[in-house]
Amino acid sequence: MEKEKPNSENSVKYIIHKPLAYGKKLYIGEFLAEKFIKLVAFISIAAIFAIFYYVFQEATYAFKSPEKINEYVQKSHLNSNQNTSSDNLKQESYNSNSDNSTSPSTNQEDLKQESYSSNVDQNLKQESYSPTTTEGELKQDTYSSEKDVPKQIVETKNKSKLKKIETSVETPIENLTESDKQAISQRAQILKTSLEETLGEKPITFKEMFSPNDYIDNKPDYVWQPVGNTPKFSFIPLFYGALKVTMIGLVIAAPLAILAAIFTVSFAPKWLKEIIKPAIEILAGFPSVVLGFFCLMTLATVIQEVFHTTYRLNSFVGGIGMALAVIPIIYTVTEDALTAIPRFMSEASLALGASRWQTAWRVLLPSAAPGVFAALILGFGRAFGETMIALMATGNAALVSNNIFESVRTMAATIGAEMAEVEFRGVHYGVLFLIGAILFMVTFSLNALAEFYVRKKLMKRIQGL
Amino acid sequence: MKNVNIKISTKNLNLYYGTKQALMDITLDIPEKQVTAFIGPSGCGKSTFLRTLNRMNDLIDGVKIDGSVYIDDINIYDKNIDVVQLRKRIGMVFQKSNPFPKSIFDNVAYGPRVNGISERSKLEEIVVESLKRAAIWDEVKDRLKSSALGLSGGQQQRLCIARCLAVNPDIILMDEPASALDPISTSKIEELISELKDNYTIVIVTHNMQQAARVSDFTAFFYIGELIEFDKTKTIFTNPSNKKTEEYITGRFG
Ligand SMILES: Nc1ncnc2c1ncn2[C@@H]1O[C@H](COP(=O)(O)OP(=O)(O)OP(=O)(O)O)[C@@H](O)[C@H]1O
Ligand SMILES: [Mg+2]
Repeated sequence: MEKEKPNSENSVKYIIHKPLAYGKKLYIGEFLAEKFIKLVAFISIAAIFAIFYYVFQEATYAFKSPEKINEYVQKSHLNSNQNTSSDNLKQESYNSNSDNSTSPSTNQEDLKQESYSSNVDQNLKQESYSPTTTEGELKQDTYSSEKDVPKQIVETKNKSKLKKIETSVETPIENLTESDKQAISQRAQILKTSLEETLGEKPITFKEMFSPNDYIDNKPDYVWQPVGNTPKFSFIPLFYGALKVTMIGLVIAAPLAILAAIFTVSFAPKWLKEIIKPAIEILAGFPSVVLGFFCLMTLATVIQEVFHTTYRLNSFVGGIGMALAVIPIIYTVTEDALTAIPRFMSEASLALGASRWQTAWRVLLPSAAPGVFAALILGFGRAFGETMIALMATGNAALVSNNIFESVRTMAATIGAEMAEVEFRGVHYGVLFLIGAILFMVTFSLNALAEFYVRKKLMKRIQGL
Repeated sequence: MKNVNIKISTKNLNLYYGTKQALMDITLDIPEKQVTAFIGPSGCGKSTFLRTLNRMNDLIDGVKIDGSVYIDDINIYDKNIDVVQLRKRIGMVFQKSNPFPKSIFDNVAYGPRVNGISERSKLEEIVVESLKRAAIWDEVKDRLKSSALGLSGGQQQRLCIARCLAVNPDIILMDEPASALDPISTSKIEELISELKDNYTIVIVTHNMQQAARVSDFTAFFYIGELIEFDKTKTIFTNPSNKKTEEYITGRFG
């Protein structure tokens, strides 16, 4: 004690303050660090939103006929040298004409988008880089060589040219009578529908996704049959399957995890606590493919022998797999919530003559209830989106049945199983992205709920505000 | 110390936090239905000693205790003692009020409930009686269903006293019950203590010499883990036999 005193007095002397004055000093290191952090934060947030946007964007292909059909319809259409009133086609023809007006050498029948855009690009480049340009407006706006900018410029700046284009576009359409136009669009529609049907690429609607799409013994049925002449995309069996496996998983995992957490917090001696906690936390990082493999190879056999089930792989086996994946999550979050309850709470209870069990059950758990709820929601989200275990252990048959020993197919597993066989930007492709979007929205809204509602409540309970 | 029964009696009590000894060979007799105050400088072991009396120190890892504590001539550190039963007989009021995040009613009813009373009418009777005895009934009678955390600090502390009265203990241990309170709340609690001592054996830790002088019948002075002096409060404050005690109560250190 006596030795430390002079030291502490000295250390105070080392800090010498400059006299107070106006003027801020710039610390380069700090400045850069701040900028860097901002940049990184921006990039990560942007990445999240980009993915978000992309998934929803791609999901729209479920509701559209595929590009190749549209293209084919247009081509066969324009080959007969007629224009249509369809918006899509109008635009196409407009574009091709715009090409023509600026570069007369282009063939009028050439509808390839690539050639269109490259032509415009070239045109603009020529204009912008040629020193003989007379239009002052153009000069300012043509420094960029990006592809988007030229389009804009074509539209806004070259007004005189645009007028020319418009007149040239409208003339052929005006030559057609109303009935002609109708006949043309009807023909296009019929061609489109028949193409969609023969190729099995009929776009879906939301209503179709959630209403019965098959009848078995006159009973409405929900069928997921993405491949075939008439693909059937009913979401009900997938949603039901995911929910079923998740609920089975949670029903098994929640009591185990919560009791384990209570045990470690209020019963286990210190040394045991120090073993159990990290051990279960390590389990959280267990690759789910290993859990799935275990369920597939070992657990499924055991379950079949014990319960004499018809199917080796079923929602119960999958549910146990989910429980294995989810227990560490629920345990960890619950344990944290219980540990966060101030020590004096349990002391107050014990001092009143409550047993340790009564204290845990009547004081700790209710006080930590919001945290436990958050744990359950996190677990739900994890199980709901879990792919590997579902893929390997549930049997993947899209059945709607209340029997827990029947196979199911979950939403996530469907994406995992079918992603390799879909055609790029076909209807099935869009549907898989739609499943992804729905999965995302379910977990997102659950997490948001946990975040905003539960956390507030927990803080309220602990701080007593 | 004539005419009084001994309620609590410690014999050669030593307590170690790991290797550090916090209580040294303490032998002390606490009389029944009297208020006994523990005074002494910070860190001298008052709280530690108080917590040995209802075995709350058992909850702390690495605590080792030897010696014995007799309550009604039964050694509470005996292997065969049921700690839960022991704690039901000894109420404790903590320095920082610590109501449960439950309603006022449920706070007071907690003790009876863990004792197996579930009849609503009985619970109500106990709750009202306890709140009245803790002199807080008038302030909370209209809001029994609202959260105890909405009460003021002084009300919370009296609620904690009511909660501990509800289990009908013989002994009440109070660790600086008024240290965080304003003078009005403090005097209310002091009044309460004087009223309660007719029925309960009360042990109170305090840093406030006037408080010790006002409320207690006996005073024990601790110094660095040792019991320096124990006597009638009057004697301690007017004619202490130990020089350290005198220095402490006259404010020369501590
Ligand atoms: N949980 C613990 N672990 C280790 N040492 C402790 C623990 N609790 C108390 N001590 C030590 O035991 C000694 C006595 O502490 P105690 O809390 O009983 O003092 P006190 O007299 O109540 O002080 P105060 O008046 O400040 O409350 C102190 O030196 C303290 O540092
Ligand atoms: Mg203390």
